[in-house]
Amino acid sequence: MTKVSMTVNGRTVSGEVEGRTLLSAFLREGLGLTGTHVGCDTSQCGACVVHVDGKAVKSCTVFALDVAEADVRTIEGMANPDGSLGPLQQAFQDHHGLQCGFCTPGMVMSAAALLADNPRPSEADVRHYLDGNICRCTGYHNIVKAVLAASGQDVSAVAAE
Amino acid sequence: MPKDHGIGASSKRREDIRFLTGRGVYTDDMNLHGQTFAVFVRSQVAHGRIGKIDTAAAAAMPGVLAVFTGEDFKDVGGNPAGWLINSRDGTPMREPKRPVLAHGKVRHVGDAYAAVVAETYAQAKDAAEQLAADSDIEELPAIIDMAAALANPSNRVHDEIPDNQCYDWGWIEDNRATVDAAIKAAPHVTTLELVNNRLVPNAMEPRASIGEYFPGTGDYKLTTTSQNPHLTRLLVAAFVLGIPENKLTVVAPDVGGGFGSKIYHYGEEAVVLAAAKKLARPVRWTAERSESFLSDAHGRDHVTKIELACEKDGTFIAFRTETMANVGAYLSNFATVTPTFLHGTLMAGPYKVPNVYVNVKTVFTNTAPVDAYRGAGRPEATYSLERVIDKMCRELGLDPFEVRRKNFITTDMYPYTTPVGLIYDTGNYHATLDKAMQIGDVAGFEARRAASAKRGKLRGMGLSTWIEACGIAPSHLVGVLGARVGLYDAATVRVNATGNISVMTGAHSHGQGHETVFAQIVADKLGVPEASVEIVHGDTSKIPFGMGSYGSRSLAVCGVAVTKAIDKIVAKGKKIAAHMLEAAEEDITFENGRFSVAGTDRAKTFAEIAFSAYVPHNYPLETLEPGLEETAFYDPANFTYPAGAYICEVEVDAETGKVDVVAFHCADDFGNIMNPMVVEGQVHGGVGQGIGQALCENTTYDQTGQLLTGSYMDYAMPRADDVPFYNVDYSCQTPCTHNPLGVKGCGEAGAIGSPPAVVNAVIDALHRGGHTHVKHIDMPVSPSRVWQAIHG
Repeated sequence: MTKVSMTVNGRTVSGEVEGRTLLSAFLREGLGLTGTHVGCDTSQCGACVVHVDGKAVKSCTVFALDVAEADVRTIEGMANPDGSLGPLQQAFQDHHGLQCGFCTPGMVMSAAALLADNPRPSEADVRHYLDGNICRCTGYHNIVKAVLAASGQDVSAVAAE
Repeated sequence: MPKDHGIGASSKRREDIRFLTGRGVYTDDMNLHGQTFAVFVRSQVAHGRIGKIDTAAAAAMPGVLAVFTGEDFKDVGGNPAGWLINSRDGTPMREPKRPVLAHGKVRHVGDAYAAVVAETYAQAKDAAEQLAADSDIEELPAIIDMAAALANPSNRVHDEIPDNQCYDWGWIEDNRATVDAAIKAAPHVTTLELVNNRLVPNAMEPRASIGEYFPGTGDYKLTTTSQNPHLTRLLVAAFVLGIPENKLTVVAPDVGGGFGSKIYHYGEEAVVLAAAKKLARPVRWTAERSESFLSDAHGRDHVTKIELACEKDGTFIAFRTETMANVGAYLSNFATVTPTFLHGTLMAGPYKVPNVYVNVKTVFTNTAPVDAYRGAGRPEATYSLERVIDKMCRELGLDPFEVRRKNFITTDMYPYTTPVGLIYDTGNYHATLDKAMQIGDVAGFEARRAASAKRGKLRGMGLSTWIEACGIAPSHLVGVLGARVGLYDAATVRVNATGNISVMTGAHSHGQGHETVFAQIVADKLGVPEASVEIVHGDTSKIPFGMGSYGSRSLAVCGVAVTKAIDKIVAKGKKIAAHMLEAAEEDITFENGRFSVAGTDRAKTFAEIAFSAYVPHNYPLETLEPGLEETAFYDPANFTYPAGAYICEVEVDAETGKVDVVAFHCADDFGNIMNPMVVEGQVHGGVGQGIGQALCENTTYDQTGQLLTGSYMDYAMPRADDVPFYNVDYSCQTPCTHNPLGVKGCGEAGAIGSPPAVVNAVIDALHRGGHTHVKHIDMPVSPSRVWQAIHG
């Protein structure tokens, strides 16, 4: 077991991990941050996406030891300081961008990374960027709409809600 | 002006707050004191005889607490099929025992035959690998292809079933000769053979279960990823482990999607409970995605020949189908009803066709069990019908819109009894077709096609019109058809002393939004704010009973049970109000949350009545019990029949065979709408899955029974850039005539109506592009299949 420390959602944390401990497991089991979900084990579904030093990373594919001393942000760190939904989260609620909620944390984290890189993405940009996040409930319609809305674009012309 | 609260409002979902902040609690998110970890040992061969399983080495490994094999469960009950289906000759279906862990033989890759429980997940996994190495399994020839399985009586999935056939079902058998004669005499017959591709449901949350046992009381608790915890409790208690039902609580907490795959009881649930009892510690298991691919119940997998007999003008005379339906290695709980009564009874579609006959042979193979997946039988029926109609239109040079219109049941014909045994209560198929053509701008298609052509793309338009029977189900009817359970549902409405309300419902939400939508209904009916209503679901210790959520039944059955309980609350409230207001009960009216004496300004608020019920100082105690809590069980009088028309436009790249869905229009009739936003979301999701089936998804076993599509690297899930924005309309509303909400159900619609619309559009594009030799392409309509079809 090796000691690892990092910053998670602005808080310095540390724990004992094995070399094989994945970041997703460290977050979920070591820190109790169960908002990060594991949906596939092959880094395909994207439910486990978190930010490491500002970049979207699939946490099921990264060893906890590999991100020692890094700045990690998870879905639990996305709300406003007063606990209310952040703007992107609010857009997901406003536009019904989630149903069962399982893919949602990864979807929000990926979308946040997209908007950080590309503040006014086109529909095609959003669809392309979210290609690594699978949702089985929404057919993606309202996810794409929510991300466009969160970027400040008018989505009233998008077919239906 | 859209409503901002109550029935018909697009209330934002309250459950979203926890899901968006990472505070949902799914089964695998729970962390229990003293917990242990189970890992299952699964067959690596499709078919094999289990020899010696040497558990000694695995049992001695670090942290290992217990090892189980099929031998440990050989004397408990099997996991039963929920419906008894009889063959055409009247003999009952063959129903092999489905053991908790495979015993004697393994019958598909992924069939669990042993389990290890250890202190940590890693230790359990290590020991399971050891146990796999120490298992002597003699590989037998695999039975994969359905036709070969039926034709080869010596090679058997189950030794006691000689031809690998579960049943040979005819619907309606007495009509067979008449239908045959009608087809023989018809001026035109179109025949189509097609495959309804096998799908893996792929809820994003893998299955997971936690077993607990409390030695002090002898109580068990199962926390599990279930769409219907009460059914799981019934199966585990009464059929499998023999636990008294009152000693077992089943909780389905936040569940990350189901789509059918989480309706059923699986052996892992029994193992974690038995292990928890043995160890007196919590035992948890979470599937890896590869386990989900190998062991979740799959969907569809039909091979069908359909014949459509008609007049030269396209007037339908008869439909006749012959289907082989794969049930896999064992009968999952709904496996026998899905290809029969959820499929054959829909084979008349929304059409006034006089003659229909459906034959289904279900076949055991060495593959994972196959069961209901979103739509469940109805997508298979719709696909067969809508594809063969499209082919007939091409053969006779008829307009596919007009042919549908000519054959639709008309609004003056309800209630309409179909030749396959259903009674449609209401609908308006012309209206939804007209609406789809309007929102899909059919008139403007030629200009869009020309624009596509300029970009080198072949554009096509495909139509499908669909109907389903949902709101499952009238118990007396399904009982006659072979169901082994009733399919009513239940709700308790508990008005608390302070006036807020807890509603316990047998529906389970795994994405549908019941916590919001059911609260809208209760708030609307009782005139209270939505925020004062709490919806409790998924816990057998809190809920009177329930058959769960599937078959688009949540609102049409469970939601109606809620309204029935509310009616009782209002009736009792009137009695209390009559006493308090010193008026006759029949003079009390209830509106907008107030009980009033008709024609006066004397009134009591709902909160005052609730308080009085719990603090009955001024209360008719001699005639009325205190408290304000009512339970209702609701058994529907009929199925509900949502219907609609879908138009898909695709662009095909003839160079590569790649198909892009560029527009998708849905005009649905769901009856009354409780929350438009949620309805739209349900349709989007269903259409997304339907496009996935039509273009991307396929489950492939090789001839040795190895699953070639066992991960997201190989099984093509639809992703954000595989689908367009969808255009959804639900303004055509013919309310259901036999439930008080007038609702029909919308959960499966998209998955039913969309696959044929997509495939019809692809064929249309190829024909318009001159590739008129292409009569059909099986799903998934992948680039290679399109390219091969073009090049003949």
